[in-house]
Amino acid sequence: MAITTREGEHAYATKPAKILAMKDLTEDTRYFKFKFLDESIVEENYKPGQFAIMSLPGVGEAVFSISSPPTRTDFIEFGVRKVGSFTEALFKLKVGDIVHLRGPYGDGFNMESLGGRDLIIVSGGLGAIPLRSVLLYVEDRREEFNQVFFLNGARSPADMLYRADIIAMAQRGIIESHLSVDKDDTGEWPYHEGVVTTLFPKITDRVVSEKTTAIICGPPIMYKYVIQELLKLKIPKDQILMTLERRMKCGQGHCGHCAIGGRYTCLEGPVFTYYDVQHIKELI
Amino acid sequence: MEQLTLPKEKLPELLGEIGSKFELIGPKEENGFLAFRKINDPKEVNLDILLSRVPPKSLIFQQTETLFTYTKGKDSKVQTPKIDESVRVIFGIRPCDARGYDIIDPVFMGKKEGDYIDPFYTKRRNRSILIGLSCNEPDTNCFCTSFDDSPANTKHVDILFTDIGDKYFVEVVTEKGEDLIKNLSKIFSKATEKEGNIRKETEKTAIEAISRKMNTEGTVEKLNKMFDHEFWIEAARSCIGCGICTYLCPTCHCFDMQDESTLKLGGRVRVWDSCMYEEYTHHASGHNPRPSRMNRVRNRVYHKFNYFPKNDGIFGCTGCGRCIDYCPVNIDIIEVIDKVKEVNV
Repeated sequence: MAITTREGEHAYATKPAKILAMKDLTEDTRYFKFKFLDESIVEENYKPGQFAIMSLPGVGEAVFSISSPPTRTDFIEFGVRKVGSFTEALFKLKVGDIVHLRGPYGDGFNMESLGGRDLIIVSGGLGAIPLRSVLLYVEDRREEFNQVFFLNGARSPADMLYRADIIAMAQRGIIESHLSVDKDDTGEWPYHEGVVTTLFPKITDRVVSEKTTAIICGPPIMYKYVIQELLKLKIPKDQILMTLERRMKCGQGHCGHCAIGGRYTCLEGPVFTYYDVQHIKELI
Repeated sequence: MEQLTLPKEKLPELLGEIGSKFELIGPKEENGFLAFRKINDPKEVNLDILLSRVPPKSLIFQQTETLFTYTKGKDSKVQTPKIDESVRVIFGIRPCDARGYDIIDPVFMGKKEGDYIDPFYTKRRNRSILIGLSCNEPDTNCFCTSFDDSPANTKHVDILFTDIGDKYFVEVVTEKGEDLIKNLSKIFSKATEKEGNIRKETEKTAIEAISRKMNTEGTVEKLNKMFDHEFWIEAARSCIGCGICTYLCPTCHCFDMQDESTLKLGGRVRVWDSCMYEEYTHHASGHNPRPSRMNRVRNRVYHKFNYFPKNDGIFGCTGCGRCIDYCPVNIDIIEVIDKVKEVNV
């Protein structure tokens, strides 16, 4: 969706897009599908892991990970949790209403460079939203990748995002998925119970360290423990990729909000390697 | 570099002429403090107070900037403002404040191919002609000389005025400066060698009058090693997180963007922000990578004395002393850097 700046415009001028569809994913998280009103904007020039900035005049702006893959054009999708004033206003909109967008920003996952590799995709909670872009990319270009493991953790069965989609992808042999909830409060959860790291024994014997790239996204607390598991599996530090949350505002490396260790998450991230994390203080 | 002189009594005439041809900005007293404002009458110009409270950074990177306006409701329309590009003269800027622009130019005007160039900053920077004024009597907390700067440095302005008694010694530094002088009546005289010597002596005396020094040698390397040191807890203990050190800093460039509306109309406004605030890095999820004051004080020091040098090869400090002058709890950046050097790691 590369929204380039045109003559007479500056980067903060956003582009209107129409809500094509929306659906509640959990009690507080909703799926949104947009299409730009300007048909010359093609929704394909981005990488999984990149983000866009949504704007509602009168409310403000907020940053969201893109949840659709660049392999599917003509629309762009997001997953949004209602947590603040912007999302509160966004959730009041209806299909057909207009939201303004700018982006894509940041550096995402270079999926093309991962051709022929095994992937271990580890998700915690809302981390599934950007990782959905990775999963759907894999689905559309399945022949480019080798084994693909997806480990997905959520607080409770009701909090797990995209459960039906994930199971359907696994049934079609696109991914090998393992689902887990921290606590099953329903008594009907058919899968694993425990934090996401307790899923690793299910794949350990099939991991080929030198052929594997790990892709992680989840709450800040999760990274440390998942990285420990991946290091036990001898995944190289530069093959452990993670997308990190940071408060962002401008998306241009100007405003300072997301700067960590002198580097701008909005330009160099939000995808970082474990090697980066070890060398940039305060990153996770 | 052309060297001229201007009798002091002719200054109002000069400013009057500049003001009649271009927009003229200059230092003006306001509520007991100096501020850079539009000058309508040369009499308003105050050259007695050394530094403005708010640095003239605000003339280029404005404290509030309307990025666009919008109408509300179903058919909401967005309109981008036109940025004035006509020539504007900033008179009386001090060399350290002019140097501040040079430090933050790369942030807004790009460092390499593909960097986003902010049109608000860039157009305003390009339309501004800087007439600097040397500081003959530096203040208690001035330390520009710690950064190879001088109270009479010509490097960062288009024209520099130095008070040499009954005249100003005028150095025309850049082409922009030359063009301006050409545009004005011939009220300048060629400077004599003697006047040139007085100007040099004046600078020397001013440099000697600067009593404070920040010893930055080895600071970058030392900071590389002490990020996790408990020193930062101690250094942040008295800080109340008011953020004045960042607001008044000529090299701080953080901003927030907010919508300000009436019932029908509104604007998205860029406003100065400060990394000294808890909300600055607070995620919507509740997580905060810089949760305590220690993290934020440390970030300020690192940004200026470690990240800036590593990224741009320059310290993010001009030595203007404002953060020392205005800190309500007397945190002194020179002392902080001195103490950094004493830490054993």
